[in-house]
Amino acid sequence: MDALTLHRIHFAFTITYHYLFPQLTMGLALLIVVMKTVALRTTDDEKREFYDVAARFWARIFAVNFVLGVVTGIPMEFQFGTNWSEFSRRTGGVIGQPLAMEGVFSFFLESAFLGLLLFGERRISRALHWFAAFMVFVGSWISGFFIIVTDAWMQHPVAYKLLPHGIYEVTSFWGLLMNPWAWIQYAHNMSGAVITGAFVVAATGALYLLQGRFEPYGRIYVKIGVIAGVASCIAQIFPTGDMHGKYMAKHQPAAVAGMEGLFHSTPGAPIVLMGQPDVENQTIDNPLVVNKVLSFLIYGTTAAEVKGLDQFPKEDWPGALPLLFYSYHIMAGLGTYFVALMAVAAFLLYRGTLYSTRWILWPLLLSFPLPYIANTAGWMTAELGRQPWLVYGLLRTSEGYSKHVGPGTSLFTLLGFLGMYSVLSILWIVMVYTAIQKGPRAPAVDAGHDGHTLTTA
Amino acid sequence: MGTLWFWIVAAMLTIYVVLDGFDIGVGIVYLFVARTEQDKRKAMHAIGPVWDGNEVWLIAGGGTLFFAFPLLYASSFSGFYLPLTIVLWLLMIRGLSIELRAHTHDKVYISLFDTTFSLSSILLAIFFGAALANVIRGVPLGTDDYFFLPLWTNWRTGANPGILDWYTAIGGVLALLALALHGLLYLALKTAHALNERATAMAKRLWPIVLLLTLASIPATVIARPESLAHYREHGAFWLAPAAVITGLATVAVSLARGWEWRAFLGSCLYLAAMLVGAAAGLFPVVLPSVGTAGRDITIDRALAGPHTLRVGLAWWSFGITLAVIYSVTVYWLFRGKVPEHAEGYGH
Repeated sequence: MDALTLHRIHFAFTITYHYLFPQLTMGLALLIVVMKTVALRTTDDEKREFYDVAARFWARIFAVNFVLGVVTGIPMEFQFGTNWSEFSRRTGGVIGQPLAMEGVFSFFLESAFLGLLLFGERRISRALHWFAAFMVFVGSWISGFFIIVTDAWMQHPVAYKLLPHGIYEVTSFWGLLMNPWAWIQYAHNMSGAVITGAFVVAATGALYLLQGRFEPYGRIYVKIGVIAGVASCIAQIFPTGDMHGKYMAKHQPAAVAGMEGLFHSTPGAPIVLMGQPDVENQTIDNPLVVNKVLSFLIYGTTAAEVKGLDQFPKEDWPGALPLLFYSYHIMAGLGTYFVALMAVAAFLLYRGTLYSTRWILWPLLLSFPLPYIANTAGWMTAELGRQPWLVYGLLRTSEGYSKHVGPGTSLFTLLGFLGMYSVLSILWIVMVYTAIQKGPRAPAVDAGHDGHTLTTA
Repeated sequence: MGTLWFWIVAAMLTIYVVLDGFDIGVGIVYLFVARTEQDKRKAMHAIGPVWDGNEVWLIAGGGTLFFAFPLLYASSFSGFYLPLTIVLWLLMIRGLSIELRAHTHDKVYISLFDTTFSLSSILLAIFFGAALANVIRGVPLGTDDYFFLPLWTNWRTGANPGILDWYTAIGGVLALLALALHGLLYLALKTAHALNERATAMAKRLWPIVLLLTLASIPATVIARPESLAHYREHGAFWLAPAAVITGLATVAVSLARGWEWRAFLGSCLYLAAMLVGAAAGLFPVVLPSVGTAGRDITIDRALAGPHTLRVGLAWWSFGITLAVIYSVTVYWLFRGKVPEHAEGYGH
């Protein structure tokens, strides 16, 4: 394999793996705040203790995922320099800003307040402990924002000017942060993170109800998971997904044509629900289509013409067309399934029969991996759609990598990351499984505060 | 503007070394001073709430370097590709060892994570020391301002050095011992009884070795990079750094003899900070020296980002770093004092 391909796989693999953790922690942080808020507001001691225990259980699982997110996130920042040095040299003055801001504004905040959330429950007041949970939520969401700003500039560069030697610099700080692409993508992405959090919480609740263990907690987890799930699953499609699609069609028409498998410009373009793109013959095999829907979704009218790939020179086509097509269709298909599942569950919750309806608890339990797949597929759609550009319209991917780092070196470190991450996966599964097996339990005693040696793990 | 950003980045990385230095230092000496499970828990408890906040200084410092000096970031990170990737792996192993140890009660796994925690801390210290020495010594830059360093060549400095040569090896060993001392003094400060006594005794034995190596590193640097002396001749104020190095070390010795735990630790902080500032002063205004004939030094001016980028950066950076300092101080204050005797790991 050539160096460029290896550097691309290197980044793609490490970032895909990394994002398994933040999508859960960002979603979970919100749900932990919800539980802590209930505990804070109630005057009933028993209820308060119950919700504190319920929240503490998820804070533990949050901590495991947070640490994995941190340790797999550090290589991402380093890789801009190690594997994509020419890209860094040219655009560091722009994208380095939001990346540094993530460190300065978010990581300090998160590490400080996570310490308080995990170790400080007996040292600080109840209100302050709630505040710690809230700040962890704020920190993780700010962190997500700065990463999206970075990506959005690569997708849709704004507020820049070109200096000598091909170097870009920021012309407006607020222009960079207010990039419309960033806000649309942020809304879509964060709603996706809440979906992951909601599905994981609901699945754990469903497991407890199916097993008949920790049932009071099981009920509350299913309830919170389903309510957050139904809201976020709908928001994922409308308005956020809808806006994202329309904005992309305007600014990255080639990407949209690739996603939809539209090889030829068509007035009243149909939407391909399923099919297999055949790039050589420029057709879709075994298509299942609905006429005129694509034109309507993008332009709001069934007659509008949608640009096909034939409108663009071939060197500007997104390279991995079939992968782009499948990523997008997997994302959209799963998104539709999520709405259906959560709507049924929410209906049963409203009727008061959800907790004892095993035929819905099973799908709730088994569906927890699917948001991970959908979020990953969504990111693959965004990043594969951006190709062949590293910065859309400005810098090609083939110009950005480290020319002095040979393919052998890149392959070596890729293999190293593969090995390292395989071990991490096993540890992660064991730790989360153990935590779920142990279940939410009272009471936790702050480490050694008063000399007692009650177990806290 | 360039000078300001040079010292901002240098300050952030110095804070990183002083803060993460003590928890890496605890890791270095961990297997030697913490003998019982109770001791180990106390040692872990001493760094538990703060280590990852300390590590954020590296991330934030790296990010600041990225946008303020894009050329330096691009050139040095791709040139030091292999050692940096290994540093990443070590940081991962270390962070996970701390976290996993707190999550398990199985003795076999606890001893595994103790070992990986300590080994990764030892290797990290050596790598960081060697990395700094590489930057001081200079790298074989090409005409395009890039380079790629092999791990080792013939152990000599000169036009075609490797990552490891006699000079950078001294840097690695010095960093290992200096951080070990730093960690011991922190442990002595944060613990009582047996662990405190062992840490203090070991620090007393280690101190003369650190002093000797520090003194040896000065002529070594002048041999490996003669220009550094010239910088000192030009700027009289730079001599404050070596003076602070000696003051720091002397403070450690006096405080150890008198049992002043706080002053000993602060002396070590001063020593580390002064070493780094001294190194930065020797480089200034170069940020990455060239040793070959093809390339030329990367200086502040050549590496600096555009003027508007830097003005904008200064505004949010000042605001953000103020917040960061407030958070850090708050956490240290909340977890102040000695670790309780019956520290129950720091599990959660």
